[in-house]
Amino acid sequence: VSDSLFDLVLALGLFGAGAATLAARSLFGAVLGFVSTGMIATLAWVRLDAPDVALTEAAIGAAGTAVIILYVASRVSAGTAPPAPPPAALRALAALFSAAVAGLLAFALLHLPEPAPGLAAAVLTELPPTGLGNPVTAVLMAHRALDTLLESAVLVFAVFAIWSMAPDRRWGRAPGPAFASEANGPLAFLARALPPLGIVAGIYIAWVGADAPGGKFQGGAILAAMWVLPWIAGLVAPPLISDRPLRLAIAAGPLVFLAVGLAGMVFAGGFLAYPPALAKPLILLIETAMTVSVAAALACMIAGPPERRPLA
Amino acid sequence: MFAAACVLAGAFFFVAGTVGLLRFPDTLSRVHALTKADNLGLGLIVLGLLPLAGSVTEALKLLLIWALVLLAGATAAQLIGAAVQRDEGPPR
Repeated sequence: VSDSLFDLVLALGLFGAGAATLAARSLFGAVLGFVSTGMIATLAWVRLDAPDVALTEAAIGAAGTAVIILYVASRVSAGTAPPAPPPAALRALAALFSAAVAGLLAFALLHLPEPAPGLAAAVLTELPPTGLGNPVTAVLMAHRALDTLLESAVLVFAVFAIWSMAPDRRWGRAPGPAFASEANGPLAFLARALPPLGIVAGIYIAWVGADAPGGKFQGGAILAAMWVLPWIAGLVAPPLISDRPLRLAIAAGPLVFLAVGLAGMVFAGGFLAYPPALAKPLILLIETAMTVSVAAALACMIAGPPERRPLA
Repeated sequence: MFAAACVLAGAFFFVAGTVGLLRFPDTLSRVHALTKADNLGLGLIVLGLLPLAGSVTEALKLLLIWALVLLAGATAAQLIGAAVQRDEGPPR
């Protein structure tokens, strides 16, 4: 009884946080509502026995995205003209479509046959050849590797898109605004004290993904946070966007992934196929390169395009 | 018994902190209310969960979570305090 009561509170909280996000009067309030929705969704994923999704939701959905939109919100409110709200008809149409999608999903969920059809059993029987212990990672890296490869390429394009927002005269400079440095302030203390712990935690979560909940996206997000923190505290200047090692770090994941995939055509009989004896080491190699890429790309996405002007 | 008492006491601090966050008139006292929830509330809940932890590593992880929340909470409170002082002048 207490479990279903907890689930009910979670479900109501999720609705409440979503409604609060939509009804918020200020951009800042809407961002806070978005973060709350993400945190409650994280708990909901834990209750659904999906810790991999929960970790991703917490690291990227609630934390990483929130930092990016919070920064955008503060930039938008600092501008001279507040953005005009979309016309009422457009909002009504958006609400209608959202409600229709939600309704259809709920209808489909309630009419699933028992047991629900799925490929979970097939994934579990095919787990040993990959040498992995975490079926989610097996799907991401072996069975649906093409999807993951494309996802990793999307990250690179996202950084391209953000950098292309830079004015010409700032092209090639360091990403993000200039942050004031307060050498002995509380933020500087956190930026010195937290990274040793956070870097270990990030690498651990990326590494443990082979056999337990975790992986490159979750670990990479933590590493990105540990990299951005000293930038924000003004302790370290971020690398220039023309910096070759930085660009290489962002592209490393898709490049290694693609190289292994192409090698599979020669040695294992298909694009993205792994020779059985080498499956685990190859997957670990890709995961390592991807962790570096996710960390570098997320850090650059959080910092934003190069501007080097003091943050208001 | 000890666990239940500690967790209940911790939950009390969270409720009190939330009420304070909603009711207190200015930013600094709201921050004051929130830090009590973080530090004492979570501390008591972790203390209550320690005897229930299956292993020493699990117990250490609980303590580490509490220490990290303390660090983050203290930093955030300091930053909010500094921002208040910058925007509204020194406290009266």
